[in-house]
Amino acid sequence: MKRAHLHGILSLSLAAALALAVGCGGGGGSSSNSGGGGGGGTGSGTPTSNVQAITVNTGPTAGPPYNEPYVDGAFTSVTVCVPGSTTNCQTISGILVDTGSSGLRILSSALTLSLPQQTSSNGDSIIECLPFVDSFTWGPVQTVDMTIAGEQAKSLPIQVIGSSNFSTIPRSCTNNGSSADDLATLGANGILGVGNFAQDCGTACTVSGASNPGWYYACPSSGCETTTESTTESISDQVQNPVTFFATDNNGVIIELPAVSGAEVSVSGSLIFGIGTQSNNALGSATVYTIDPSTGNFTTKFNGVTYSDVGFLDSGSNALYFLDSNTTGLPTCQDATSWYCPSSTQNLSATNQGANGATGTVNFSVGNADTLTANLDDGVANGLAGPFPGLFDWGLPFFFGRNVYTAIEGRDTPGGQGPYWAY
Amino acid sequence: MKSRIIHGILVILALPFPLSASLGGDFTSVQADQVKMQGTLQTTSGDLYTVHEIQAATGVAIKEYVSPAGKVFAVTWQGPFQPDLRQLLGTYFDQYAQAAQAQRAHRRGHGPLLIQQPGLVVQIAGHMRSYMGKVYVPQMLPAGVRAEDLR
Repeated sequence: MKRAHLHGILSLSLAAALALAVGCGGGGGSSSNSGGGGGGGTGSGTPTSNVQAITVNTGPTAGPPYNEPYVDGAFTSVTVCVPGSTTNCQTISGILVDTGSSGLRILSSALTLSLPQQTSSNGDSIIECLPFVDSFTWGPVQTVDMTIAGEQAKSLPIQVIGSSNFSTIPRSCTNNGSSADDLATLGANGILGVGNFAQDCGTACTVSGASNPGWYYACPSSGCETTTESTTESISDQVQNPVTFFATDNNGVIIELPAVSGAEVSVSGSLIFGIGTQSNNALGSATVYTIDPSTGNFTTKFNGVTYSDVGFLDSGSNALYFLDSNTTGLPTCQDATSWYCPSSTQNLSATNQGANGATGTVNFSVGNADTLTANLDDGVANGLAGPFPGLFDWGLPFFFGRNVYTAIEGRDTPGGQGPYWAY
Repeated sequence: MKSRIIHGILVILALPFPLSASLGGDFTSVQADQVKMQGTLQTTSGDLYTVHEIQAATGVAIKEYVSPAGKVFAVTWQGPFQPDLRQLLGTYFDQYAQAAQAQRAHRRGHGPLLIQQPGLVVQIAGHMRSYMGKVYVPQMLPAGVRAEDLR
């Protein structure tokens, strides 16, 4: 990426400036601003208790000392309380909204509360190692009462990332690669995983032996050893998709973001809870694409080639990542080879196909990433895309100008039972 | 998989087998590796390379590509969880871990991992419950083998 400070000031458009002023949730660390309500504008007379404002901007690492502005990350805030308390609470902004994972994860450095630690039957502390595709997070499982918009998830197990109490990471966890355990490496104060799955691991973590993927550990309060091996974790103790804990509006979410042309400083949208549970979250004309219940993928066709069961929507990916230069004819950027850099914006189309056979054309654009990311004040870039051979990762730019529904596994909705995506 | 590449013998060993050798290593070291990830092994031999496919107990399908010279030049995987990357990458693991950190900053956000260095290519993508990966050493690809064809 290139620096272009002078250009940055000039390109602050009025609309973007207004969006920045209206939006909350992106910048800064933990704060006391309200995380609830607002945003959306989904029609008059509708309850707003299930609407949470989200902002796409450069996020909490944009300023000093990090100076690493995020691009195409959707941020929001959550309020967490010590379970049972209505006063021992904290609102934390800069939380990345991620439909590619399930569970709330908050950086220890962003937390001022002392939260109850989940323990095993013999009193050991439960700690989780969570492999994302580009890093892993490590930290204890603790319990909160979470409030977002008007929704509450009581006694919710979450992961506290990077707690100093458990700084020794077992080797079987570091085998995953590099950690993202602080603000600089995570790029967010936390991750709000509101994906298709009800828990992060599922049944595989409940059984011991070679089939256990090794995500949960039990260690004394003094910490783990590098030789500590993983333990089993029941379904109910696992880090949970918070939406499933809501009293209502608990079958999925909608992400609504405006259409974006090129790069902008910031845009505001809504994270709406529930599908077909209120007047503001009906499916309407959206098409339901069911997904493979084990992989969470569907099928994407491009240029006459079918990529079976390797397509997915993921608000936590910061670009459209798909195929490669040989297949698409799109050159990668000279410096940033993880992005495409066509000389002019290319308008492309693909077809997504659900496991239910539903198909629909997706028109999308691929812009020049060097140009789109030149202004470091721009936290939004439509057309940001990059190569990934053999698959389609429909990241946040897919969500611009679409209302995207993520239905949770096993949950009934007017469009059928989850898991599915609809848009 | 192209039939012109694989037309040799098909051997299926339906017995527990340790996760095999790591990238750049000898396949003969397989027997020495005693790791927890056990599964069944299926071996397919062709003119250009041999594929050892391990169905790990976690549900992850791992394919290791061994050159005629007996070296593991590529590994691919697909499944609900991430395999043990230190095991699979062997001496390349540290290079991978450092490059992963650098890419995250360069990319200004989260997304799939795509490391393209002169001596190492790492591609990891997916999301919770679905991880797909490929690692290979470009210089070690046998003549006539295209990385795109390794699935």
